[in-house]
Amino acid sequence: MRLRNLLFLLMALLAAYVILIAVAELPPYGMPDNPVHNQVSERYITGALEDAGVLNMVTAIVLDYRAYDTMFETIVLFTAALAVVVTLKTAERKGGGK
Amino acid sequence: MSILYFTATDYRIMVLLLILVAASLALYFIKDLLHAVIVYGAYSLTMALIWLQMNTPDLAITEAAAGICMTVLMMVVIFRTSRREE
Amino acid sequence: MRDFILKRVAALILPFICMYGLYVIFHGHVSPGGSFAGGIIVGLSFIAFATIYGLEKGRAKLPETVLNWTESYGTLWYGIMGMVGIVKGAPFLANKLAGVSLGAPGALSSGGLISLIGLGVGIRVASTMVTLFFTMMEEEP
Repeated sequence: MRLRNLLFLLMALLAAYVILIAVAELPPYGMPDNPVHNQVSERYITGALEDAGVLNMVTAIVLDYRAYDTMFETIVLFTAALAVVVTLKTAERKGGGK
Repeated sequence: MSILYFTATDYRIMVLLLILVAASLALYFIKDLLHAVIVYGAYSLTMALIWLQMNTPDLAITEAAAGICMTVLMMVVIFRTSRREE
Repeated sequence: MRDFILKRVAALILPFICMYGLYVIFHGHVSPGGSFAGGIIVGLSFIAFATIYGLEKGRAKLPETVLNWTESYGTLWYGIMGMVGIVKGAPFLANKLAGVSLGAPGALSSGGLISLIGLGVGIRVASTMVTLFFTMMEEEP
């Protein structure tokens, strides 16, 4: 039992080491020359006010540029609620028999 | 490559991340599930503060609403029909 | 959940939480927040009411008919708002291309269809959360 716990600790430290190596390779947070600041985000930042006419850029992306994604997200919510209702209300519909 | 330096925001985020690590370690050791859910609420609150420090109030509002209140209430509702201890 | 202090504090606080959620939904395009966060806050106020005061009083505040309607027609409202683009000869869910007046940026009426769609999505999310919780609370232990 002691040996098994020691092995688990060793594996956890190894996994943490690997993840920390990956994190150390990330670009520093908030620097202007990061790879995430490409032409797509530049287009959104400069054009959101003209294209959508709203001040909140996140809403402009969610409800205007990416409106299809939001539509299917609402359909996913509908499906989730439908699944819960169908699963939990079955016994009641059969006449109370469990 | 620019020289790395820490601003005041970085130090604040570091302190919050330490609280986050402590909360997630505590989640592993707590046996009572209701207490674990409360600690998870503290975890979500810290996460919302981190989002605020990173200048994303949208995510902070969503995390505060969904993480703190919604999850805790859902677990309270589930505990009424099931066992509380692990 | 039959505590006196809890009930009184909830009666004082929950209306303001609901109003704040509606504020977040309506001002989703001019201030931080959005329809998803606002919908969760609105749903949360009803769920907390039903958790504290019992399911019967929660059902009395929000009948099942209202829940069924908002649940079923929220996504349809999104589709109708998308059809505005097709009627005007533009792609589905087009906002500026369809010739909708965008208004002055920063005003509550700005954004054309965005605020209408956001209202639909917010009510949709709230009704989904409330339906989920009420269905789970109906289950007897």
